[in-house]
Amino acid sequence: MSVTAPPPAPRAARAVVRPGDRIFAGIARAASLTIMLALAGVFVFLAIEGLPGLSAPENIYAPAEDFWSYVGPLVFGTILAAVVALVLAVPFSIGVALFISHYAPPRIAAPVAYVIDLLAAVPSVVFGLWGGLALASSIRPVTDWLYANLDFIPFFAGPPSVTGRSMLTAGIVLAIMVVPIVTALSREVFAQTPRLHEEAAMALGATRWETIRLAVFPYARSGVISAVMLGLGRALGETMAVAMVLSAAPVVTLNLISDTNPATIAQNIASNYKEATPDKQAVLIATGLVLFAVTFAVNFAARWVIARSERKVSR
Amino acid sequence: MAKSIDVSDLSIYYGDFLAVEGVNMTIRAKAVTAFIGPSGCGKSTFLRTLNRMHEVIPGARVEGKVMVSGQSLYDPTIDPVAVRRRIGMVFQRPNPFPTMSIYDNVIAGVKLNSRKMRKSDADALVERSLRGANLWNEVKDRLDRPGMGLSGGQQQRLCIARAIAVEPEVLLMDEPCSALDPISTSAIEDLIHQLKSEYTIVIVTHNMQQAARVSDETGFFNLKAAGQPGHLVEFNPTTKMFTNPDEPSTEAYISGRFG
Amino acid sequence: MNHPTTTTTTLVEPDAFAITADLTQARLPRWAVLLVGVIALGVAGLVTLLTGWSPTGGLVLAVVLMVAGFPLWSMVVEGRRAAADRLATSLVWGAFVVVLVPLVWLIWMVVSHGVSAIDAEFLTYDMRNVVGAGGGIFHALWGTILVTLAATLISVPVGLFTAIYLVEYGRGKRLARVTTFLVDVMTGIPSIVAGLFALALFVLIFGPAIRVGFGGAVALSLLMIPTVVRSAEEMLRLVPGDLREASYALGIPKWRTIVKVVLPTALGGIITGVVLAISRVIGETAPLLVVAGATDSVNFNLFEGRMMTLPVYIFSQYSSPGVVPVGTEGDPPGYARAWGAALVLIVIVMVLNLVARLIGTYFAPKTERRR
Ligand SMILES: Nc1ncnc2c1ncn2[C@@H]1O[C@H](COP(=O)(O)OP(=O)(O)OP(=O)(O)O)[C@@H](O)[C@H]1O
Ligand SMILES: [Mg+2]
Repeated sequence: MSVTAPPPAPRAARAVVRPGDRIFAGIARAASLTIMLALAGVFVFLAIEGLPGLSAPENIYAPAEDFWSYVGPLVFGTILAAVVALVLAVPFSIGVALFISHYAPPRIAAPVAYVIDLLAAVPSVVFGLWGGLALASSIRPVTDWLYANLDFIPFFAGPPSVTGRSMLTAGIVLAIMVVPIVTALSREVFAQTPRLHEEAAMALGATRWETIRLAVFPYARSGVISAVMLGLGRALGETMAVAMVLSAAPVVTLNLISDTNPATIAQNIASNYKEATPDKQAVLIATGLVLFAVTFAVNFAARWVIARSERKVSR
Repeated sequence: MAKSIDVSDLSIYYGDFLAVEGVNMTIRAKAVTAFIGPSGCGKSTFLRTLNRMHEVIPGARVEGKVMVSGQSLYDPTIDPVAVRRRIGMVFQRPNPFPTMSIYDNVIAGVKLNSRKMRKSDADALVERSLRGANLWNEVKDRLDRPGMGLSGGQQQRLCIARAIAVEPEVLLMDEPCSALDPISTSAIEDLIHQLKSEYTIVIVTHNMQQAARVSDETGFFNLKAAGQPGHLVEFNPTTKMFTNPDEPSTEAYISGRFG
Repeated sequence: MNHPTTTTTTLVEPDAFAITADLTQARLPRWAVLLVGVIALGVAGLVTLLTGWSPTGGLVLAVVLMVAGFPLWSMVVEGRRAAADRLATSLVWGAFVVVLVPLVWLIWMVVSHGVSAIDAEFLTYDMRNVVGAGGGIFHALWGTILVTLAATLISVPVGLFTAIYLVEYGRGKRLARVTTFLVDVMTGIPSIVAGLFALALFVLIFGPAIRVGFGGAVALSLLMIPTVVRSAEEMLRLVPGDLREASYALGIPKWRTIVKVVLPTALGGIITGVVLAISRVIGETAPLLVVAGATDSVNFNLFEGRMMTLPVYIFSQYSSPGVVPVGTEGDPPGYARAWGAALVLIVIVMVLNLVARLIGTYFAPKTERRR
């Protein structure tokens, strides 16, 4: 019996550490501390520069009176644009993802998947350019038709914007940006569902659609939700595509096709930054903090949903 | 110089889980020692404590003493990296480095320890090690090809060549033949016979005949019961183990009348 | 979604057992799809002609008719379950076709307008003293290259070493858990917020009027680091543990094991991840607009003066395109330049993606063996 004191035995393992190892581990640890510092920096600097924006002179907020009534319509616009985008994008994304994973002949599926991946990398400013110069002018017939036939729905109360630069156009552009992201992630999730379960369902005589409902969707649910949330995060924070497509005013309205639309936070920052006085800059930075808070809440909710449904599946 | 290893009262933990309890044995220098025993009784675990590979696993620790030629292996002043240079190891599954050629694999241990060496010395070392591992004739024309391109048995001999290239004094082998066909197995058994003259060899095997063929001494590990820690039941010269063991449970295991 | 057991019951409905008696069942012929398609097109065409709709409207009607008509026919011939299956198939194919339309449209617009805008002058001139047509993207091209390079130089070391910490050192440690969480948070930072952060930082240090390229690089690296950490972490985790053990067993210290064995094995995947991260941030506009500003002339100095970049160039050409010369028809000259720059930017992004893919496949086979 040479060693009698039991637990703190790992000490022996740590006694000799080579200098090379110590330096290398130190660098690695420093790198992750850097990330911590950077994120803390984001909060601190935005707070330092933005807090004065909460109580700037009243005329800065015009036509609103204080910060919260200034940022309110912006938050509304941000969420409205993102929701329109998601409502349009999610069904199509899931459809295309299923197309790639289960429906398309293999010879088509691989190139389609690759093209979708490439599209996820197209810069947003290009989507904005296309939305502003091509889509906006071509969308008039659609908005005219919606106004003529469906104007009892508040979304289409019109009158339609002459330039086509409406919330609907912005939503469509955002949707097209979101589709590749959600598709790419959902496709991966669909492809990873255990083949065994699918074969079991087919052996029961299930049709292809029933197989997907039985053996693919239950497995893919949390993955698809997280894909959608990621798309939502992108739609909430997207700046340029909206700034280039939307003609904005400080209003709150559900009307998607008229020429007075609520602005989004990110767009508002981008379009007002150049001419901003220091007071106004502080206000804009404060709205940036609000945007950060909103996206953070969305991401957090996403993670919570995923964690919960994962627990359910594993049970 | 080959070395003998003295183990006294060694208990091995994974976190709070006691995997092996109270082992005492002396492993002779320049001899082959075999460990046998049922799956999960802690042979690999014990083997890995002999060159401090055990502590690579997070939370793993040992209590007790391992003495190698008068030095305590687990003394706080001992550098585990230096220990592993002296006491080499060959794993169950061949694991050549995938990014390296056959040549680079063999001298990996030397080169990655940043020892500078002349090209001619390196060439000589590669040839010596590969010859030592009985692989030279098969690969001498394709030393610059990836090590992963060899057959499983060749890969395992490459790993042995890699291990002996650092010129250790002890060679630990954890079921080195379990992934191999009979021909590769007998090549490696021949190799063990040759290596015995220079190295202290410890080998874990599930193959009773193999233990009988290659080893001078044999240790039998067993579990007292399911969920209990493993322990050393008997440690004796191989001939005695296989003809006239001290413990009835050893005889039961060896003759296949086990559990 | 409903619980599996509730749906299995629908599978074993009585007529499923009837199949055992007679395995042949009414099926639509293979050419049914084509037939329905032709009919749908025909009907839609007729309606379009009669009511004077736009061709797009007619096309939409055709797709709707097709998606609805085919399952209906199937319902009549094959029964309810088969019809549901056909409907799902139609919807999935429909979704694919509908998504293709705007994407093809976008690519076509960029390519057709862009190609006619690009010439030697466009690639080698900046915008100084340009009124009306002419000028180019030289300054923006250099700005993009410099800013992205600087961002890469910041984020790759930080990201890679963080990944190394998470995989090799941090297992079970609190710092590792916190870092993973923070990387998650970072992934969700809107790009404009990253820009504001960089601006706030530089304004605090250098005063309110500061606009420098390096600020843009800081903002971009904030967006790039989480991507690099994620992909590098994933790749390092794929390196089999027994390679590390083999290396330790040779008496190689841990840090050398990481540098000489683990990193080379994961190298292909790591490079792929970095290149993809670059291609993601190279098109970022908002943060650069805010911190790096816009200018008409070349600036090679990251630390002084405004710096133009391709995305910002596109935006400023779009938002202030200049005027159409009197007496001529057509778009303002800025639009052509914006399309040209957009094409260049897209080509850069696509090339980066292709490179990443090639690197990925080139390095893949060697590490494939044990997954
Ligand atoms: N990394 C680990 N973490 C926790 N427990 C472990 C670990 N590795 C092994 N064990 C446990 O330690 C005990 C001994 O395992 P070990 O691998 O040494 O058995 P073995 O005798 O080598 O078996 P086999 O003949 O199957 O290789 C087993 O109960 C096992 O579950
Ligand atoms: Mg074992």
